[in-house]
Amino acid sequence: MNQQLRRRMGSTALIIGFFVVWEVLCLGFGVRDIVLPRPSEIVITLVSRFPGIWPHAVQTIYTTLVGFALGILFGVLIGVLIGSSRLAYDVGYPLLVGFSSIPKVAVVPIFVLWFGAGTVPAVLTAMILCIFPIVVNVATGLATTEPELEDVMRALKASKLDILINVGLPRAMPYFFASLKVAVTQAFVGTVIAETVASNKGIGNLMMIASSSFDVPLVFAGLLILAVLGVGLYVLFSFIEVRVTGWARRNDEFAMG
Amino acid sequence: MTPATVLDLPMSPQAALSRPRAFVELERVTHTYGRGERQVQALMETNLRIEEGDFIALVGPSGCGKSTILKLVTGLINASSGYVYVAGREVGAEPVRVGMAFQNPTLLPWLTLLENVMLPLKIVPPFRQEYRAKRKSEFRDRIEALLSQVGLAGFSNKYPWQLSGGMMQRASLCRALIHEPQLLMLDEPFGALDQFTREELWGVMQELWMTRKPTVLLVTHDLKEAAYLANRICVMQARPGRIIDDSAVPFPRPRTIVMSYYPDFTALTQRLREMIVHAQPAKEAAP
Ligand SMILES: Nc1ncnc2c1ncn2[C@@H]1O[C@H](COP(=O)(O)OP(=O)(O)OP(=O)(O)O)[C@@H](O)[C@H]1O
Ligand SMILES: [Mg+2]
Repeated sequence: MNQQLRRRMGSTALIIGFFVVWEVLCLGFGVRDIVLPRPSEIVITLVSRFPGIWPHAVQTIYTTLVGFALGILFGVLIGVLIGSSRLAYDVGYPLLVGFSSIPKVAVVPIFVLWFGAGTVPAVLTAMILCIFPIVVNVATGLATTEPELEDVMRALKASKLDILINVGLPRAMPYFFASLKVAVTQAFVGTVIAETVASNKGIGNLMMIASSSFDVPLVFAGLLILAVLGVGLYVLFSFIEVRVTGWARRNDEFAMG
Repeated sequence: MTPATVLDLPMSPQAALSRPRAFVELERVTHTYGRGERQVQALMETNLRIEEGDFIALVGPSGCGKSTILKLVTGLINASSGYVYVAGREVGAEPVRVGMAFQNPTLLPWLTLLENVMLPLKIVPPFRQEYRAKRKSEFRDRIEALLSQVGLAGFSNKYPWQLSGGMMQRASLCRALIHEPQLLMLDEPFGALDQFTREELWGVMQELWMTRKPTVLLVTHDLKEAAYLANRICVMQARPGRIIDDSAVPFPRPRTIVMSYYPDFTALTQRLREMIVHAQPAKEAAP
């Protein structure tokens, strides 16, 4: 416990140190805020212009979460399909790899064409950006399930569905959660890309406008919000992950129940 | 109890038809693992008949195909050639409750001991329906009772990784027993246990068999264990794996540990030992 506390304090100190060094270097070399604003300036901008920034932040969170939720839903479905059937694996995997190699900025105009500018293209972009890691990880988790564990179920004459529910899915959970942590940041990227290209709301749009008027501190304030939101969701999923998949790390807190 | 049959010889199809099927029957079963160069012949032209309610022990050197026979009978693998019948049907289709304790405990790491042992009740009818109908607390009491019978009282909320190897093995035995299987497959279920715990569990096992009369196929390396528990002992040979002897165990039940020091008991284990030693294939020159 003591050691854990010390580790936490160490990492917090390092993170704070990073911003302090940033501040000091900017001051020391006299970097102008149109090039790289100091952290303190960014925070001041954020606070003083909060009422203007806030609606955009809400919009971005909303879009990202909806896209992310859809990504989880379809990602798990496709992942289960690919992971549990040889044929689906052989067909689905090449398709998926091909699809994910397309730069996502390129699909935003297509979505705009289909659904008009606004929230829908952003949600869809967020979804397709976060779906790939989820599918791959769920499929990998299922496909690498130890045959011995499945044998336990097969000896009981369990159906395919029973095996999936009782062995496959729990076994794939650590993989799933590992993918969520990547996927949630990807969902943010997707949202912001779409907002930048085709929306009049959201942090992406805010940053676009700010940068075209050389309001660099505002751009960085936007970046800071995105970073904080990303870290927040990451922490949330890590928290759930420990509760759900502690068995995979033989976690003592998990074992306490 | 049916008298022990002598070693089955390959029979003509007519003979096979005229004879009623045993509860478990292996007919000229050959099994090869892998393909081409890396082929391993695990089992060769093996015949085995087990009557309902019988208790058979399989002994033999490591790698002679004992686990393979168990997997064939549970339908986990399909014979390369020959037939496996359970309850008169080809394996897989039979409406028989099967319990299997694997050579490795294979407990699901994300479930507690209690939940692991609960698993068959969740899957196998008729318990499955009762499980749905929320008779879980009743099941829980039953599992706790079984766990304490094998000396695991108070561990039901532990996860498998928090247990010792022998404890996991006992839990896995409980999982094989909890749904009152009609056919019980035990692959070295006491292998990781100390002498005293093992002897205690022999007693538990014998009592269970005498009261419920499941059909048991027990794989073991311990000849004393085979002679204590089984009605019949089949001795296997390696490379190719096959059954070379099938002897009845005449001792009356309930058997006791003291009996295992009687001359005729030691004579039996001695004879089995000789047989296994002599059946060892001559050491091949290294390739
Ligand atoms: N999945 C597999 N793939 C390839 N070969 C296998 C496989 N399983 C078993 N074998 C081979 O089949 C033979 C018989 O294996 P089996 O597990 O039935 O032996 P066993 O009698 O149970 O041995 P032990 O007493 O050590 O458990 C061995 O030579 C082994 O190498
Ligand atoms: Mg074995």
